[in-house]
Amino acid sequence: MSLRFLESHEWADVDGDVATVGISAFAAEQLGDVVYVELPAIGRAVKKGEPMAVVESAKAASDVYAPLSGEVVAVNDTLSSAPETVNEAPQAKGWFVKIKLADASELDTLMDEAAYAAHAH
Amino acid sequence: MSDALKTLPLDALHRRRTSKFAPFAGYDMPLQYAGVIPEHQATRTKAGLFDVSHMGPAFFALPKGHGLTGDAAHRAVASIIERLVPADIQGLKPGQMRYTMITNAAGGVLDDLLIGRPPLESQQGDLYLVVNAGAKEEDFALIAQVAAGDANLVRADDRALLALQGPLAEAVLAAIAPEAADLTFMHFARFETENYNRLTISRTGYTGEDGFEILVRAERAEALAQALLASGEVALAGLGARDSLRLEAGLCLYGHDLDALTSPIEADLAWTIQKRRREAGDFPGAARILDELKSGPSRKRVGLKPLERAPAREGSEIVKDGVIVGRVTSGGFSPVLNAPISVGYVDAAFAAPGTVLDLIVRGQPRPAEVVPLPFVPHRYKKG
Repeated sequence: MSLRFLESHEWADVDGDVATVGISAFAAEQLGDVVYVELPAIGRAVKKGEPMAVVESAKAASDVYAPLSGEVVAVNDTLSSAPETVNEAPQAKGWFVKIKLADASELDTLMDEAAYAAHAH
Repeated sequence: MSDALKTLPLDALHRRRTSKFAPFAGYDMPLQYAGVIPEHQATRTKAGLFDVSHMGPAFFALPKGHGLTGDAAHRAVASIIERLVPADIQGLKPGQMRYTMITNAAGGVLDDLLIGRPPLESQQGDLYLVVNAGAKEEDFALIAQVAAGDANLVRADDRALLALQGPLAEAVLAAIAPEAADLTFMHFARFETENYNRLTISRTGYTGEDGFEILVRAERAEALAQALLASGEVALAGLGARDSLRLEAGLCLYGHDLDALTSPIEADLAWTIQKRRREAGDFPGAARILDELKSGPSRKRVGLKPLERAPAREGSEIVKDGVIVGRVTSGGFSPVLNAPISVGYVDAAFAAPGTVLDLIVRGQPRPAEVVPLPFVPHRYKKG
């Protein structure tokens, strides 16, 4: 399965009706050293395009937006003790949450990798 | 009036090393090169080079032909600048600098600055000033006004000012100006060099480390920076690391931790007001400042160590038992402590180290302990 991207630099990797979600390598590089990640509670309903988490670099705090709507079914606990994982592997081990999708058709509104690469430079 | 950003004399060098810039005090400033944390750690363990040419260096001198020499010349020029600041400038020893602030009639701070007395007999009657970038136009206007022709302000902010900071700073600078190693903390001198003309070098900085600030003619600045970097021990460091370093060192950032409503006593800067000035009470805002020295201020600047991982940044409310008792004025992440740190002002009743308060981060109370400043010990080379 290939990654899909939101304009605000979040990615989603959909497997069945669950999407693993994180921030793009481009966003992680722009942020610089990540020192803190605030994740939503499991069970929280999130809506596409609305803030669902916060990522803090040495410089500033930034909102992370839900790329797809649904319910948070898992969070990456590694990030609370090792937030630098976001810089090390933003599009793999540095994932933020897993979302059980409310509306699979939303996936079609996200960018594919080529479109995102054109957007993010 | 144009609001275009000004560029630093070393702009071309910065552009070759990074694309990450940010506007600061009207200048287009490099924010980071290798990254805030690596630059911060390089400065703590080896040396960092910061372009601080946005700052406002200047010389403040008696008019030519003033006829005074030695201590008399120094006292004459110092007494003029003392109309604006509460530090004992007349009492500076040759070569010594002091950290002080321009205060207003209400006892607030208009800017913080360094003032130095040159070391040589032939230079007496001239002071070296370094003010903040964001306030320099106002500061220089105020200084010229108070001088009223009795002394002349000569701006030097067309030159470059480079800060070389860290435990290897002395060894690196020795290749360029070996005599600079003889300076101790808060002293300065002028050095004639073959390749970089005259340098005004002070053993000062904004990181808590040993280090130097070097005033150099703009056209020689790149060669000097390249020579320092060529040592292989020096990392270029940007505004991001400058801020995290000064925060660990507990140093104030004007406009954030200090402002026109905040007194030096509230800011825990009573040490900058020497005995002679306290006794004379002859500086702007003396009534409030002396009263706070005697009775204690109603609020104080303190260090705050969050007990969890979330940084509490500038503007976060400080709460005790649900009541707002202060506000964070600077906050971020300490690479040395690998933990968040903040500085803020709290009601005096809650300023004792060990007091646990809540910092409100995105609506959530997060516990933090009041701790002494600095967060990371200073490592100045004192005499």
